[in-house]
Amino acid sequence: MTSALDITQAVKPPRAVFVNFPLGHQTGKPDDPALQRSILRDALAAFESIEAPGTIVELPYVWDQADNSWEERDYRPGFMPRRPGREEADRIEAERRARFARV
Amino acid sequence: MPIAYIPRTRELYSSYEPYRWVVNETAPWTPLRRPLTRSKLALMSSGGILYRDQPRFHREDASYRPVPKNARRDELSIWHFGYPTADAERDPNCVFPLERLREFEAEGVIGELSDPAFTFMGGIYSARKVRDELAPKIVAELKAAHADAFLLVPA
Repeated sequence: MTSALDITQAVKPPRAVFVNFPLGHQTGKPDDPALQRSILRDALAAFESIEAPGTIVELPYVWDQADNSWEERDYRPGFMPRRPGREEADRIEAERRARFARV
Repeated sequence: MPIAYIPRTRELYSSYEPYRWVVNETAPWTPLRRPLTRSKLALMSSGGILYRDQPRFHREDASYRPVPKNARRDELSIWHFGYPTADAERDPNCVFPLERLREFEAEGVIGELSDPAFTFMGGIYSARKVRDELAPKIVAELKAAHADAFLLVPA
């Protein structure tokens, strides 16, 4: 799977399928199992249909038919959400591990 | 128009030395041994997925986490600094489609889903670390599991 066409063209994996979605959604949108299944069915079909090493199949999915402004916005300065600082990250980590250690 | 990520990230990190992207001249190739309906499919995501109380990842961390294939959604969390993770936190199937592949296994779309699935945190700047440390371990895991096909989902 790839949503970064130029990087995949450079790396040349044996078989690839390209989905033009924002990074973090290579196999679909959240809570949309029908879309996730459809993308994955297409991706799995490529295991059998691709015959030449390095082929990238471009799938026809569109993130938002009415608005493609994410393509201009993503991975520009200020795009990434704020990350927690070290103390906050450590606290989140400790809470997560404690939550699962209990159950 | 698909985003050209190589020039865009070069601009985004223009105060740093330019990142040397991996460029391969040829693609490797292994023929599929049997139809997918009879193949054992292994899954790996670089989306930084953690199972239950597995320790989180760190920057330049080339370790990986095995995730049991029957893991429930509420047993998964995400740690990754390189992409906005809100949607994947809400539904890990955006980058780690374990539930969908379990459905495909039950429906016979694939022969078998290999257990466990694998995850790592793809924000590793050293391609050497990935090639020489992480990849050989994953290859060994896949051989031991007798996987026929391997689906990689970056994030």
